[in-house]
Amino acid sequence: MAKTESTFKNMALALTLISMVSATCLGFVYELTKKPIALSNLNKKITAIKQVVPEFTNNPNDEMFRLPADNGDSLDIYPAKQNDIIVGYAVNTYTTEGFSGEIILMSGFSPDGTIINITVLEHKETPGLGTKMAEPLFKDQFNNKNPEEFELRVKKDGGQVDAITAATISSRAFCDAVQRAYNTLKKGGLI
Amino acid sequence: MNQMQNFTKGFIKENPILVLVLGACPALATTSSALNGFGMGIATTFVLVGSNLVVSLLSGLIPDKVRIPAFIVVIASFVTIVDLVMQAYVPDLYKTLGIFIPLIVVNCIVLGRAEAFASKNNVLSSLIDGLGMGLGFTMALGILGALREILGNGSILDIKFISGDGILVFILAPGAFIALGYMIALIRKIKKHKIS
Repeated sequence: MAKTESTFKNMALALTLISMVSATCLGFVYELTKKPIALSNLNKKITAIKQVVPEFTNNPNDEMFRLPADNGDSLDIYPAKQNDIIVGYAVNTYTTEGFSGEIILMSGFSPDGTIINITVLEHKETPGLGTKMAEPLFKDQFNNKNPEEFELRVKKDGGQVDAITAATISSRAFCDAVQRAYNTLKKGGLI
Repeated sequence: MNQMQNFTKGFIKENPILVLVLGACPALATTSSALNGFGMGIATTFVLVGSNLVVSLLSGLIPDKVRIPAFIVVIASFVTIVDLVMQAYVPDLYKTLGIFIPLIVVNCIVLGRAEAFASKNNVLSSLIDGLGMGLGFTMALGILGALREILGNGSILDIKFISGDGILVFILAPGAFIALGYMIALIRKIKKHKIS
């Protein structure tokens, strides 16, 4: 096949054509995957909420509201209700103190401020070290503790939390995120 | 060269990772477990096959002076397709591979095959070349990931076979270099043996 010559017209034409075809294809794929992506994100959130609060009969995702956090930002709060009585709050909390970037947690609190359960939504911690924060051995030590008397700091810093071996920074960050969720609920007068 | 040789060259003879050492960045970064390495390999294979196919189809149409930007547009489109599809249907794998999926755009294997092979050969050969190279890449990443997972975490495909930790360094970045280094040494040994 004869090669198209590199004249200005040919070059502009070829690039424009290729870009236009690509853009059209991408548009189609985007439309096609938009719904599944939204659905999988929503499912992830609802699964996380279910894990951290007691059984509920309402739709926490629809009743989500925001409360101002201690650092000027705001956190998403998902109230879990059983027959219109609040049984817990799921708080989408975060910290920027992680070893490599942000850590996002879903933490569940009962109306008296006790931690029910915590699950890790997103993190970029070191595999094999910081990633252990998502494992029960570390995160379950928070369950059924009230931050009022349970000091949310690692033992090295004078608190009561057993840090992960070789991942003190990740452990500290985890505590920071939970503390932020607790403080936010407290300030908002919910617990 | 017949089509069979064309297909198999990606596995040992011209393996992109173990012999050409192209695309080492994602190979080192995403192989912390067998499944991650395998997933990354499959995603790259899809992009390779797609871009090789389109580039060989369009090679007569694209003027020489703008061929690189044209190839990049084609490759970037395929990568975006992979990115969206993975986000929709395998969100967990997508989350672990993270930034390395969009970064397939700058993987030298993909552009390298488009430039060195697909733009000069017919559609069928290019398709087979892309498939062979992609599967060779997948194989190398899978083995590297499995090796690191076994040594570093004491598990394979997320199934633990020892309690406690493995040799942690293999999960971390230095372990990736060490494991890859030994794999390359082994392949060189095998190749030398074959020639003599």
